[in-house]
Amino acid sequence: MADTMIEADGLFKSYGETRALAGVSFSVPAGSVLGLLGPNGAGKTTAVRILTTLARPDAGQARVAGIDVLARPAAVRGQIGVAAQDATLDGLLTGRQNLVLVGELSGVRTGRARARAAELLELFELAYAADRVVKGYSGGMRRRLDLAASLVTRPPVLFLDEPTTGLDPVSRQGVWEVIRELTGSGVTVLLTTQYLDEADALADHIVVVNHGRVIADGTPLELKERSRSAHVEVTLAEPGPEAAEVIAPLVGGRVSVSADGLRLAAAVDSAPGLATALVRALDRAGMLVDNIEVRQPSLDDVFFALTGAHMPGDGNGSEAKGTSGGSADAAELESEGAQA
Amino acid sequence: MTSAIAQRPRDAAGNRLITRSLAEQARNVVSMTRRNLVHISREPMQLSDVTIQPVLFTVLFIYIFGGAIPIPGGGSYKGYVLAGLLALNLTTSTMGTAVGLATDLHEGIIDRFRTLPMWRPAVLVGRSFADLLTACLCAVVVAVTGLAVGWRTSASPLPIIGGFALVLFFAYSLSWVAACVGLNSKSPESAASFGFIVLFPLAFVSNAMVPTQHMPGWLQAAADWNPVSAVTAGARHLWGNPNPSASISAWPMQHPIEASLAWSVLILAVAAPLASWFFRRRTTE
Repeated sequence: MADTMIEADGLFKSYGETRALAGVSFSVPAGSVLGLLGPNGAGKTTAVRILTTLARPDAGQARVAGIDVLARPAAVRGQIGVAAQDATLDGLLTGRQNLVLVGELSGVRTGRARARAAELLELFELAYAADRVVKGYSGGMRRRLDLAASLVTRPPVLFLDEPTTGLDPVSRQGVWEVIRELTGSGVTVLLTTQYLDEADALADHIVVVNHGRVIADGTPLELKERSRSAHVEVTLAEPGPEAAEVIAPLVGGRVSVSADGLRLAAAVDSAPGLATALVRALDRAGMLVDNIEVRQPSLDDVFFALTGAHMPGDGNGSEAKGTSGGSADAAELESEGAQA
Repeated sequence: MTSAIAQRPRDAAGNRLITRSLAEQARNVVSMTRRNLVHISREPMQLSDVTIQPVLFTVLFIYIFGGAIPIPGGGSYKGYVLAGLLALNLTTSTMGTAVGLATDLHEGIIDRFRTLPMWRPAVLVGRSFADLLTACLCAVVVAVTGLAVGWRTSASPLPIIGGFALVLFFAYSLSWVAACVGLNSKSPESAASFGFIVLFPLAFVSNAMVPTQHMPGWLQAAADWNPVSAVTAGARHLWGNPNPSASISAWPMQHPIEASLAWSVLILAVAAPLASWFFRRRTTE
């Protein structure tokens, strides 16, 4: 087995006037999970379509399981499982018939395809609906079935294009568990997602794409460190116009204040004892603190920093700080799971 | 995940060798045919054009128009029209192939097929086989309805079967033309309009429902060279039913069986490769 199971090298692809990919390169070592992270229209799906033989790049090379995707697409298809963004299922067949069909078309004999289908329906908790027509499935059920369909032949390389988009939190956790089990068994996975927590939770390595280019890559930890800022937010009991001036020296610079003057936010380099210091300073200034929150940068911060910077390639560190300070409020409001 | 269930030959680098045997291709075709038959069983109204329509047309033509249509050379309209009804119904039902393929291309399922290590032409061949089976059902409905309203044949079993086979083979070749249309349609709806624009004129500007002797000269020439006319005349000839076209000097009317086979083979030879080319083009991005 090749050491690198997925390789994209300088992929360019345009659809008419729209440039979907403008020179994307990345590689995925055997048995690891790459998270391809980016907003809608960043080029994630196009990259997946090229690697899964559905689209041909205008320029660039791609190899999957050591096989040239452009030269031997049929051979690549024997090595991959694909769960596409639009669930690619037959709505008029039952869940079981869908899986058996995929198995048979992949060269598995009907008997074994049936056994495997039953196994997967059990694994994805779809056994109760196995003999119902897929048209009547909920979005979550369709997603799970699509994922199951990608696993029928136990392929060594798996492409999951936004596998949890549109799922409720419980189904999402279920899909995560399955992906974790798979990766534990040596399968190489390319996962695209708009969810930063998903990439953080599942991926060994993250490639951030925007406007068809790779704008950052690294482990989740490296990416968090790259933004270098923890984040602090103070909520006051009453609006305090001078509060920003009071805490500015402690957080080393820019403080953004919410419109109602109750919330102060700032990016800081490091934060040992910072909460205590802030409360003391504000107390001395005669202001009551309702809540104070200091948290490590999430991938949200990294992502906003990188994509807001409009500066592809490296050297976005300095841009990142400025942007995350400026848009701290927006970033804070959109992020989830904040903790002290 | 070590117990790979699909053991396939691999080369030195561990890559799967793509040596697809005829048996593998046949299995793919069987799977795709079965899939399309399941579709029909889910939406039985899809079958109305091969079940209800033939019955309606039979009643309509025999009891409403039949009395007003004289057959040159004599014979009953009932005996005359049955081969025509078979040709008419089978010709118009090929619309189902166009709509079915257009629907497949419209849905995400085609991307699933394209990422599988399958024999891709099975998508088209499986569709054509499923449609051939529904055409066989149509033939049975036409024959039973015909017998019920008094159509009779004095021919022996072999020519009777031959007559049905002649029309079914033509319908099969025509379904590949329909496939080309379906593969070039933006939506299932636009594929359906193919039926009204092409198939109905094709079926009606022929000797299927009325003798061509009464048509204006230019239209009669078109009708006598229409493959539907050759197929219909061929079936009438084989079944020993009234066949007024036999007195027309145009070559296809003098040799209806040879002409039908030639038309069917020609259409198939052009449309099938064209359809797979359209399929490849439509699924390349």
